[in-house]
Amino acid sequence: MDDINKIVRDYIVREYLQEDDERTITDTTPLISGGIVDSFSMVSLLRFIEKKYSVHIPDKDATPEAFDTVESIVDLVRRFQNVAVVKG
Amino acid sequence: MSNPPSYEQLVTNFDWAIAERELGYRPGDAINIGWMCSDRQCQLGRAEKLALLWEDHLGNQKRFTYNDLRVRSNTIAHFLASLGILPGERVCLFLDRVPELYIGFLGILKMGGVAQPLFSAFGDESLCVRLKNAETTAIVTQKKHLHKVRKIREQLPNLRHCIVVDAPQSSLQQDETAFSLEQAPPVENFPIYPTKAESPSVLHYTSGTTGQPKGVQHVHYSIVSQYLTAKWVLDLRPDDIYWCNADPGWVTGTSYGIIGPWANGVTQAVFDSGFNAGKWYEFIEKYHVTVWYSAPTAIRLLMKDGAEIVRQHDLSCLRHLASVGEPLNPEAVIWSKEVFGKPFHDTFWQTETGGIVITNFPGMEIKPGSMGKPFPGITATVLDAKTYEPLNRVGVGGLIALRPGWPSQVRGYWNNPVGYAAKFKNGWYLCGDRASIDADGYFWFMGRDDDVINTGGHLVGPFEIESALLGCPAVAESAAVAKPDPVNMEVVKAYVTVKPGYQPSDDLELEIMNHIRKRLSPLAMPQEIEFVDSLPKTRSGKIVRRVLRCKEFNEPVGDLSTIMED
Repeated sequence: MDDINKIVRDYIVREYLQEDDERTITDTTPLISGGIVDSFSMVSLLRFIEKKYSVHIPDKDATPEAFDTVESIVDLVRRFQNVAVVKG
Repeated sequence: MSNPPSYEQLVTNFDWAIAERELGYRPGDAINIGWMCSDRQCQLGRAEKLALLWEDHLGNQKRFTYNDLRVRSNTIAHFLASLGILPGERVCLFLDRVPELYIGFLGILKMGGVAQPLFSAFGDESLCVRLKNAETTAIVTQKKHLHKVRKIREQLPNLRHCIVVDAPQSSLQQDETAFSLEQAPPVENFPIYPTKAESPSVLHYTSGTTGQPKGVQHVHYSIVSQYLTAKWVLDLRPDDIYWCNADPGWVTGTSYGIIGPWANGVTQAVFDSGFNAGKWYEFIEKYHVTVWYSAPTAIRLLMKDGAEIVRQHDLSCLRHLASVGEPLNPEAVIWSKEVFGKPFHDTFWQTETGGIVITNFPGMEIKPGSMGKPFPGITATVLDAKTYEPLNRVGVGGLIALRPGWPSQVRGYWNNPVGYAAKFKNGWYLCGDRASIDADGYFWFMGRDDDVINTGGHLVGPFEIESALLGCPAVAESAAVAKPDPVNMEVVKAYVTVKPGYQPSDDLELEIMNHIRKRLSPLAMPQEIEFVDSLPKTRSGKIVRRVLRCKEFNEPVGDLSTIMED
């Protein structure tokens, strides 16, 4: 399961930080409030997660707070993976 | 008790000379916004008064008095002049909301330069287009944004200086200059450049339907509008702590995030942080913010987080709330009354107007969802779209138009006289928006009159997005249109046809989104991409965005007689 953390973290580093950006992204680094991902860019991160983990996250759950750290994003993914399993 | 006595009284006896007198300006005198916002405040006895309370998302804090503003803006002005930058030359501020942005803005104006603030989330292509058009001489930036400048610098022969505010010279290239506001020797006295009322001051870029973004040129006399509207509409008083959410990369962030509050000698708080409801409420509570100028998108995001989180904070310090960017929906006005005990007052204006032109005044009855009434001194109406004559009919929609002549009116589009002339018809300035006027004289917003997308209060031009989409190897043709959105009012949607050999897929959608986000900006990134076999075109081959936009808004398409059948 920790793979999800690493995959999300790596994706954020690759797509949202510039090559020479020296900031380190940990599981608790503030992403939205820290200005790394803004509320508009959040949509592409949401798309990545939905595609990668075959989940659908409704708009009401895709809030800036839910996307503010790698940890909270992973929680969200797990929550909706479970929903998919229960439905399936 | 609000600053203006009553709307009716103000309109009857109004003259812009009221603001001129309060600013100590006499027609024909030198007038310099940088001086007005710092040195003059010290002369009025506010030298030790706090001008700026700054905090970032990590909790770092800085405080500046008006005397600090004066000396440090002198320091920046002196530094720029020592580099050989001349009055009238454009100096771009490409910075996050750090103190150097706010103080640098004043410094540029003090040495006679033209401040060109640009949103630091812009990608290299958006940056390049705007610097090239303005023939910008110098850019002031941070290390984190330097890679974008380096990528485009060869395309910008006029860009002689790249100034970095947070890196030692040893870490920079030969053609880059380090400048530390904290370490530079303070300059106590600087000869302020004697700009006049019509001297260029600020160059902001805004998007249109066609062509690349236009440079909206303002002058030092704009402070007359910005001072008085900040005082009367935002109801700024000497003891206020004022918070404007806008980034100075956009006009709200300069007109009402720098000029308006500091011309009034008010203490303003700046939070260099992204959106987070809890942190925002903490910020208001911590700094005892009394006047808050926000945006509908932010308010709707706060609404999503609910009332409970509001109750966890003591926000009784808030005295007046206002909003700008796109129309404020009635639900947001009602919600703010419920949770904050006071409504957000919607204000209407745009980059070209430089200041608020139609607004809900403090103390005036708010009709939730209405734009309010024209500011005194502003003659506003709605025109028939064909004759450009005032409609003068209650409740009938037309083009919002203003009689030219208010102090902060745009003076031209940079290097684009044709585009500028097109904004005027029959002696009226056309805002590009549609509205109706009710029997009480309140304006009601109806929508844009063109293909420009208003997302989160920022205008995004379809042409710029479509041009950048062509940079994606898979994209054959595209059309960027507005799509309704519950939070941002509108977001960008792109209709795309792919080149032979490419297949539409989720991967391709994500690749295109990220391409636009990095090249242009997060605002311009399509939030949805629809792959289609063909796009609607006229017989001459021009893509008709209107058809796609109407589809998104579930509106009738109208006359399709000129559109090709396929």
